[in-house]
Amino acid sequence: MPKHSRRLLRGLGLVCALALGATACGGSDDDSGDKKVGSSDIQSALKKGGTVTVWAWEPTLKQVAADFEKKYPKVDIKLVNAGTNNDQYKALSNAISAKKGVPDVAQIEYYALGQYALTKQITDLKAYGAEKLASSYSPGPWNSVKSGDGVYGLPMDSGPMALFYNKKVFDKYKIAVPTTWDEYVEAARTLHKADPKAYITSDVGDAGLTTSLLWQAGSHPYKVDGTKVGIDFTDAGAKKYTDTWQQLIDEKLVSPVTGWTDDWYKGLGDGTIATLPTGAWMPANFASGVKGASGDWRVAPMPQWEKGANASSENGGSSLALPELGKNKELAYAFVEYANSGAGVQTRIKNGAFPATTKDLNSPSFQNTEFPYFGGQKANKIFAESAKSVPTDWKYLPYQVYANSIFNDTVGKAYVSSTKLTAGLKSWQDASVKYGTEQGFTVEK
Amino acid sequence: MTTLQPPVAVRRRRSWTGWGFIGPFVLVFALVFLAPLAYSVYLSLFRTQLIGGTTFVGLDNYQQALQDSQFWEGVARVGLFLLIQVPIMLGIALLVALAIDSGRLYGKDFFRITVFLPYAVPAVVATLMWGFMYGTRYGLVGDLDDALGTKLPDPLSADLVLASIGNIVTWEFVGYNMLIFFAALRVVPHSLYEAAEIDGAGQWRVITAIKLPAIRGALVIATIFSVIGSFQLFNEPAILQKLAPNAITTDYTPNFYTYSLSFAGQQQNYSATVAIVMGVITMIVAYVVQLRGMRKGA
Repeated sequence: MPKHSRRLLRGLGLVCALALGATACGGSDDDSGDKKVGSSDIQSALKKGGTVTVWAWEPTLKQVAADFEKKYPKVDIKLVNAGTNNDQYKALSNAISAKKGVPDVAQIEYYALGQYALTKQITDLKAYGAEKLASSYSPGPWNSVKSGDGVYGLPMDSGPMALFYNKKVFDKYKIAVPTTWDEYVEAARTLHKADPKAYITSDVGDAGLTTSLLWQAGSHPYKVDGTKVGIDFTDAGAKKYTDTWQQLIDEKLVSPVTGWTDDWYKGLGDGTIATLPTGAWMPANFASGVKGASGDWRVAPMPQWEKGANASSENGGSSLALPELGKNKELAYAFVEYANSGAGVQTRIKNGAFPATTKDLNSPSFQNTEFPYFGGQKANKIFAESAKSVPTDWKYLPYQVYANSIFNDTVGKAYVSSTKLTAGLKSWQDASVKYGTEQGFTVEK
Repeated sequence: MTTLQPPVAVRRRRSWTGWGFIGPFVLVFALVFLAPLAYSVYLSLFRTQLIGGTTFVGLDNYQQALQDSQFWEGVARVGLFLLIQVPIMLGIALLVALAIDSGRLYGKDFFRITVFLPYAVPAVVATLMWGFMYGTRYGLVGDLDDALGTKLPDPLSADLVLASIGNIVTWEFVGYNMLIFFAALRVVPHSLYEAAEIDGAGQWRVITAIKLPAIRGALVIATIFSVIGSFQLFNEPAILQKLAPNAITTDYTPNFYTYSLSFAGQQQNYSATVAIVMGVITMIVAYVVQLRGMRKGA
């Protein structure tokens, strides 16, 4: 009997070892050959043809892919929606660690790009001449696709910030549109006093909004130099933000409604949420999600942290990048350039995208587009102006995706307890430092 | 060596016949139960970093888990949940089962079905439904406030959200536990009740002296299921988090913590470690409950 059970065990061990061997194949072999790819190489690749798999959730790419295939009949673009942001990053990370099924092109948001660039999971596009495109993009997005001296993607869209406000509510209570954040707080007080159900905006703690406001205030909470990372939420810019926002929280002037919920859409529609500082990609969401309030809303430049200043920041936006393990790199780059710098840009603008290319941002036809939802206002003028005034020295963490996921665990406390915003940011900083250290970064505190 | 082979061969053939019978079972058992467990243990011995890749770290992850305040706060939270919610839920279930079993209830089939019905609603749907009712603006709580002119406390605030989750779980599982108790009560021989009546015992006496001792086994089983269920709390907090992001943290319960570690933090190794430690804790607590329950019975 003992002999048999030993044999059984050996058999089981074998089964387990096989199962483990099949699934646990990490490792990291490095083959980053720095070869230059000229435009002639790309042209010949386009003539030869092939298949390019693109993972993206951006809806306007569908038409671009069709146009590209028409122009280069031998190229087949396979557009796959592998999920929106986090879901797609999960799928992409899984595919990369399995070294199987990795797409040739992937949509990656600016705040998530750093992680893939740092771990060399996406290709430096300098070899394909991407550097030459630097001057054709607005500074915010271009700065976001750069990491070190590499260029890791081409900007697809951007989200220069603006203040969306409900003009009907502002007119009703005779409140002037705020041009500074101090005036914004004043407006919040006046409005809430006049109608206790109405709030200047809704905020329950959103990492994207907070980082964008810090960006606008000239704060530099993140310092990134390769694998060296610094995190500090106490500089002068951050102080401007915490001082102002703490007043809004303390006096209960922001509505405690979570963004993108039914309550939130209702609030935007019925005037109980009177403004929304967010990215230029918002109009399409207004038109589809808050149909009833069509004509009530307008767009204004962002309130300033200092009177007379002219600073803005970016909120959201994404790029197309080439995963290192993808195939048909020349074709993939040709498609990315077509979609994000060439003729594809116009196609995407027509379908509602907000571009990152200065030429299109400044073109009269773009700037003179009237938005029926905003009462015929030429909102693109404000967005384009905002895109020009984005400070270019902002950096996200190389693991911003994770950091954002714990924002409400830490900073969120400031919204529901006596914890101050500064203390909340401090614990976010500590948790981010802890994670960075665990992940092998050199983190200075 | 060669001279010894024939007898060995004979013995092997005999042994293989037996394995032939249990082979299919052993194979499935190994693949479905042992391999995932073994793989989790294997994973928990490594650490994958963004910078530096995968390294073997031995028991470092376990040491980290044992000192991880985020993990232990989660354990304490589900422990508190267990101590308060489980007695309430089982108490209500027992009361309903005894009421239906007493035979004095009018329309008992209707009550039995109605109380059991919530169990048929998927936990995700139930939580979404309750989440909507808890809304102080446009939900049921908000409507009540408007109708009565009151200002009810927000069920999704940081102080109340655990109780609100307890309410959902109780609503979902009272019927299930009631059915376990009711089934156990049905098999109690009626001659015992008749004997009690002859001895002049009242209803209360019948319950404490006959019914409760008779269903002790079912009580222990239901308690063990509830202990495991409490420790595995995940669906309700994970869904309500979208509505109350500041009240429910990503490490609210140990299961939610492992999920966040693995999917937001890409820390699959540490996540596996936390899951294993939590599994061991659950096993110990369930075993203690079983030992105590059975000792009383003996």
